[in-house]
Amino acid sequence: MTLDSHTLLAILGMAVVTYATRIAGLALAGRLALSERAQAAFDAIPPAVLVAVIAPSALATGWAETGAALLAALAAMRLPLLAVVLVGVAAVVGLRALL
Amino acid sequence: MSKGDTILADLRLGLSDIWPAAVAAIPIALLFGALAAGKGLSPAEVGLMGFLVFAGGAQFAAVELWATPAPIGALVFSTLLINARHVLMSASLVPKLAGFSRGQRLLGLYWMADENWALAEKRARTRPLTPAYWFAMLVPFVIGFVSLSTLGAVVGAALGDPRRLGADFAFTALFIALVAAFWKGRVTFWTVAASGLASALAYRLAGPPWHVLAGALCGLAAAWIAAGAERR
Repeated sequence: MTLDSHTLLAILGMAVVTYATRIAGLALAGRLALSERAQAAFDAIPPAVLVAVIAPSALATGWAETGAALLAALAAMRLPLLAVVLVGVAAVVGLRALL
Repeated sequence: MSKGDTILADLRLGLSDIWPAAVAAIPIALLFGALAAGKGLSPAEVGLMGFLVFAGGAQFAAVELWATPAPIGALVFSTLLINARHVLMSASLVPKLAGFSRGQRLLGLYWMADENWALAEKRARTRPLTPAYWFAMLVPFVIGFVSLSTLGAVVGAALGDPRRLGADFAFTALFIALVAAFWKGRVTFWTVAASGLASALAYRLAGPPWHVLAGALCGLAAAWIAAGAERR
């Protein structure tokens, strides 16, 4: 059971900002009226951040990773979460062996 | 019905509503623990993060960004961005918590997540939300997520180098699947395209963690522009 103090600080920082987003509604409820456009931008935050996090791995590592990312994206149109992960992992292992 | 009967019935309803979501989260929690262990987090650290942060997408992103020592600024910033949607979710949920005391609200909102929020919103359409119902959804979900991600970390540490099995790519595939879950048509397409290109470029030119900021901002700008074009 090891707890690194620097890691602990990072986890606490993540916890504080997350809790802040969850109780923000207590102050905002009934006062928040977003325009349709602002709402669309707000809805786009999670995919924008998720893609920004993985883009280096998917687009700037090698052809095997880019190919596997494309296959995973195709799989994501039809398959559930875990199946997409399996397709992506199998594809990257196969492509790394081939390329 | 007496008050005790109502509470019992609400507890049962909460449990029966949350269990499919809790079961679906089992493999995700195991995967999270294993990947976190691959980045050097201990099982205790993984369990603590699950309990205190309790936000799947943000936690996966954090582990992907993880390095030693932990880049605290980048981790907190990425967590804030990914969880910003909670602001809208809680603003919509709070007026429906009329039967809650102040303490119950402050404690109950701590573990508001996509799944229990959606279920509560659905129930609030037909019946008022009660603390018994809400906490019956929360407790097994939180305990399950924390214990299984800790277990995943123990198992993952035993498996060794994640690259050997292609497991280092599991994040990328998982995030692609998550993006599909957030998909809302053309606006999302432009968001994803702008974010991906900007992030890959910033990663090459400036290095981490700037790629997250560049990608997120360009993705947001693209969504704003695309949503404006859609209305015309």
